[in-house]
Amino acid sequence: MHATGLIAAMRLTIHRDLLIAFRHWGQVAQPLIFFVMVTTLFPLALGPDLATLRGIAAGTLWVAALLASLLGLELLFRADHADGTLEQMLLSGQPLAMLVLAKAVAHWLVSGMPLVLLSPVVAASLAVPRAAHNTVLLSLGLGTAILSSLGAIGSALTLGLRRGSLLLGLLVLPLAMPALIFGARAIDLSIHGDSPRGPLLLLAAMLALALTLTPPAVAAALRISAE
Amino acid sequence: MRPIFPLQLSNFSGISAEAIEFWRGERRVLAGVSFELARGECLHVLGPNGSGKTTLLRVVAGLLEPEQGSVHWGGRPTREQRDAWCAAFSYLAHSDGLKPELTARENLAFEIGLRRRVQDAELDEALARVGLAGRDQAAGTLSAGQRRRLALARVVLAEAPLWILDEPYTNLDTAGASLVSDVITRHLDAGGAALIAAHQPPAIPNHVPRQLVLA
Repeated sequence: MHATGLIAAMRLTIHRDLLIAFRHWGQVAQPLIFFVMVTTLFPLALGPDLATLRGIAAGTLWVAALLASLLGLELLFRADHADGTLEQMLLSGQPLAMLVLAKAVAHWLVSGMPLVLLSPVVAASLAVPRAAHNTVLLSLGLGTAILSSLGAIGSALTLGLRRGSLLLGLLVLPLAMPALIFGARAIDLSIHGDSPRGPLLLLAAMLALALTLTPPAVAAALRISAE
Repeated sequence: MRPIFPLQLSNFSGISAEAIEFWRGERRVLAGVSFELARGECLHVLGPNGSGKTTLLRVVAGLLEPEQGSVHWGGRPTREQRDAWCAAFSYLAHSDGLKPELTARENLAFEIGLRRRVQDAELDEALARVGLAGRDQAAGTLSAGQRRRLALARVVLAEAPLWILDEPYTNLDTAGASLVSDVITRHLDAGGAALIAAHQPPAIPNHVPRQLVLA
């Protein structure tokens, strides 16, 4: 018997979650539609003054992305818990923390990445200059990955609870505040022609920290929830 | 009788549980439960509803932490060697542990794939063995009995020396029940061991299951 290696197990987990997501397009599209709708409501409500829109663009993009990320987080482990596949994963003999990391990656690929790819279009509707679009992509790319990672903790902790989505928001939003502050700051600096390097490097450091620290915490929370 | 798939018996010499005690709130569900299970043996756990059969199986599997007592494998507590221990058994729970969106084959490929490299031919053979040949449809569209058969295919394919089966006959028709008995018999004949919680004694020819009665 050839035992499955860690990388192969992670690849399998990502493949499975992507397959399931593609068979549930409605759920996958929900955060994306929410993100687009919220960000396009601002120009409609505030009017066509470009300076005003440019002034709120960074905050709007980030808050909308943060709330959109929350939408899909509740489902990250819930279905696995309900159908018993989480138990099988716990008993697979693979390090649970790494399987959790794979699930967070899959979650980002279906909920974070499409949002990031669409963000320049949405940014344009908020009068963000073309020169700042790369910063928008990078800032939201790093930010949504941080949110997927942090959100996994909240999702695991609220797994067995009714009305867990409310608690999930209360748990994740405070943790996401530093990312929100530096992510929005990077876009704002870029809009005004300054270098966003500092806040972006801080975001990258936060992502490295989140990817390192959250998987063991999520694994521990899942083991408790499975009891 | 030859096992359907070869068992990984080299490092399995049986397990023992010592004085397992488990509480749920104010209620003591398991009170000092002890047993030994060697290769080729079947231990039938029985008792009325709520007597702790499932709890005991989950403690043995490591899904629950007992207040007192421990499960030993290879002379060491299983909690000290969690990953290696998980590879030594295959667990069939109350829920089938299948993704309704995935096909029968995709479910097996993922869940067995986490444990070992699995060939397409093995998946086909396992599906045929449990009467699901040609039924490679979404698991959510299978009947409850067919899903149970699919979960059984997962247990068989895992090649684990110990099977922990919680109510394996649930939702199965007569043919399905005899299929379960047949695969358990093959498993025991090959030197495997089985820990089975069921209300009815498993019908296993040539093997007399020992009984562990929970009050």
